[in-house]
Amino acid sequence: MRIKPRLVDKIVRVCLNLQALFTVGILIVIVAIIFIKGAPHISLGFIFSSPEDMGRHGGIFSTIIGTVLLVLLSIFLATPLGVGTAIFLTEYTKESVFTKIIRFGVESLAGIPSILYGLFGFIFFVIKLKMGWSVLSGVLTITIMILPTIIRTSEEAIKAVPRNLRIVSYSLSATRWETVKKVVIPSAISGILTGVMLSVGRAVGETAAVIFTMGSSLRLPTSLMDSSRTMAVHFYILAREGISMEKAYATALVLVLSILLINIIAYYLMNRMISKYS
Amino acid sequence: MTKTNFTKEHFVKSVLTIFALSSLLFLFLIFIFILFEGLPLFHKIGLKNIILGFKWAPTKGSFGIFPMIVSSFLVTFGALVVGAPMGLSCAIYLSEYSGKKMKMFLKPALELLAGIPSVVYGFLGVVYIVPFVRNYFGGSGFSLLSASIILGVMILPTIISISFDAITSVPRTYREGSFAMGATKWQTVYKVVIPSAKSGILASFILGMGRAIGETMAVIMVAGNALKIPTSILDPLRTLTSNIALELAYATGDHRLGLFSTGVVLLVIIMILNYIANFGMKKKVMK
Amino acid sequence: MDIKIKVEKLSVSFGKNKVLKDIDVDVYRHMITGFMGPAGSGKSTLISILNRMIDFEDNVTIEGKVVINGIDIINGNTNSVELRRQIGTVFAVPIPLPRSVYENIAYGPKLKGIRDKEEIYAIVKESLKKAFLWDEMKDRLSISALKLSGGQQQRLCLARTLALMPEIILLDEPCSGLDPISTAKIEDALSELKKEYTIILVSNNTKQIARITDYSAFFYMGDLIEYGPTEKVFTYPSEKKTEDYISGKFG
Repeated sequence: MRIKPRLVDKIVRVCLNLQALFTVGILIVIVAIIFIKGAPHISLGFIFSSPEDMGRHGGIFSTIIGTVLLVLLSIFLATPLGVGTAIFLTEYTKESVFTKIIRFGVESLAGIPSILYGLFGFIFFVIKLKMGWSVLSGVLTITIMILPTIIRTSEEAIKAVPRNLRIVSYSLSATRWETVKKVVIPSAISGILTGVMLSVGRAVGETAAVIFTMGSSLRLPTSLMDSSRTMAVHFYILAREGISMEKAYATALVLVLSILLINIIAYYLMNRMISKYS
Repeated sequence: MTKTNFTKEHFVKSVLTIFALSSLLFLFLIFIFILFEGLPLFHKIGLKNIILGFKWAPTKGSFGIFPMIVSSFLVTFGALVVGAPMGLSCAIYLSEYSGKKMKMFLKPALELLAGIPSVVYGFLGVVYIVPFVRNYFGGSGFSLLSASIILGVMILPTIISISFDAITSVPRTYREGSFAMGATKWQTVYKVVIPSAKSGILASFILGMGRAIGETMAVIMVAGNALKIPTSILDPLRTLTSNIALELAYATGDHRLGLFSTGVVLLVIIMILNYIANFGMKKKVMK
Repeated sequence: MDIKIKVEKLSVSFGKNKVLKDIDVDVYRHMITGFMGPAGSGKSTLISILNRMIDFEDNVTIEGKVVINGIDIINGNTNSVELRRQIGTVFAVPIPLPRSVYENIAYGPKLKGIRDKEEIYAIVKESLKKAFLWDEMKDRLSISALKLSGGQQQRLCLARTLALMPEIILLDEPCSGLDPISTAKIEDALSELKKEYTIILVSNNTKQIARITDYSAFFYMGDLIEYGPTEKVFTYPSEKKTEDYISGKFG
């Protein structure tokens, strides 16, 4: 017996609808669990006091500082490097062996799992270069980790700027750099910032690459050579060692909220840039 | 008054060149270092003994990582079994069936899902999925099944967004032609749109695989870390990534080199997967 | 009549493809000179030689001389940035920068180094007036240039080049997408502008060439077929090809 196509169509529509709702449902469940279990344990004190007794008591302040230091410094290094490389590749050179090699490197590194960055960072920075478990080792490792993403998204954003705009700028007597600075980058900025925010989000949640390079000291870092803990690492240790479920949930909530905040900022920036320039 | 500052132009070009060269340096640094540290052991112990060896006891001179290679592939396929059907359905729904409101809601939701750190997934897996598996299926709960479920959810955003791109890039005219011949929506999707988007969809699966096989933290927390090849989905296992993460902190000498060799194998597998995915997608573009 | 631009034995090739063959043409000051001919005849290439935008193409071979104000801009050490301050270009498709009307026009002067706000405002006002756009825009200088109509955008592009106070203005099929009213406005502006500037107008629209140019050059497949006062070229052309083109037998 053949089922009428129209009936099949309707059934499929319902199934797909359910499927999509289920997927969204997963997200809602995840966020809800973390929120419900974590919110009761969050307070101003939690945010602003440091962990005590291996994290059984106290807050997560030192880990917040560790996270902020790591992410800010990595972005600070990787963004000029990455955007500059993207500008170089698109505006200052013609396609050549050199550019192909760089692109090959960027593509290949895009998929490398974070544990390999942890492996590399640990042996190279911590041990061979004798930096020890430190903010510096972590920053250098994370910088290399996010560099391919920033190069790739920046290049895409820059390439998307219409060729016509460059032609107009040149014909109005602008030099190459003036054209890049005044026309290309402003038009590409939303794409570039998206790539940067993506990397920020990734760095905030990163554990494997960080725990082996920055270590897991609970103390507030006072210099770049100090070891420190990020929120994600702290959360992992709390969970794995079973130290405190409440603190774990609370830390997870702060983590997820931070990432949510980063996403919102990214959207806001993107929309602002788009409306400003079109 | 006219000014043209050529020194400034040269300066800028030099700076950008240095940036590009530095990026190149960093990018290749990690490659070369891992290969450099990982290859000697292959030489010393023998490629076959490592890749096909069954016993991992590095302090005693055994570097067999075959069970871990198998385990890595098993969790990856498991993740695909869980994530691919759901992901593809979602992508189809998003592109063909959903209205603007749903789209505006789903897209940020997906990005948020993608942004949740893997340790959080792992944690929720330990607290909820592992007991669930233990109570309803048996075993300790730390198993291939648990890992597959968690990883499947984690690769959903990847599969959905890339499949979505592939499906939406199928030209409107294909769909219109099909409707003009009297096909229903589903028939159009099933017979015209999906086959046209085939290589992009496959690429999304492969990239999802790449993500799953590289995942570390979540797997460590729910997979159990046994050194044997699992015989059922309820058995615990250790992947290549877990191997490195679990032993890195205290490994020395040849043991450490063994971890690098594990890293090399992982690197090669992922590069092959990336290459296949990119090659597949380029093929689509050229069509 | 003063010669402003002297093109001598100019040949341009892209790879093996010779796009301009041995061109000799004198462009006179304070005249509108028309370059006409079907697509592919080399007119736009000649324009890109004059404003040195051809520098952005690959695989180009250039032979011959182009002398402007006594300097050979091909073989001398010409600074292309300064050259483009003296030669402004309006392209076929209006390309406003994604900024306000004011900022679009101020772009060129600011590149020159002009900082004084009042000076820039005066330049913007003057340029918009000359492009017959001031009355429409004077209260709306800060709106995005992308919101203007096609005709307004093209006049904006004209004003933009005027803001640099060039001596020569090149227009490459400037009215190709515009309605007759906008076209008329631009043609009127050009007729006024020629009193102060030297203008070259590229067009495939023979009627437009006949309407407003003083001298006409007919290009066909890279060769300069005929060049002379517009009235003469259009009423009794010397070459059969010219006659065929003007009467519409091909194009």
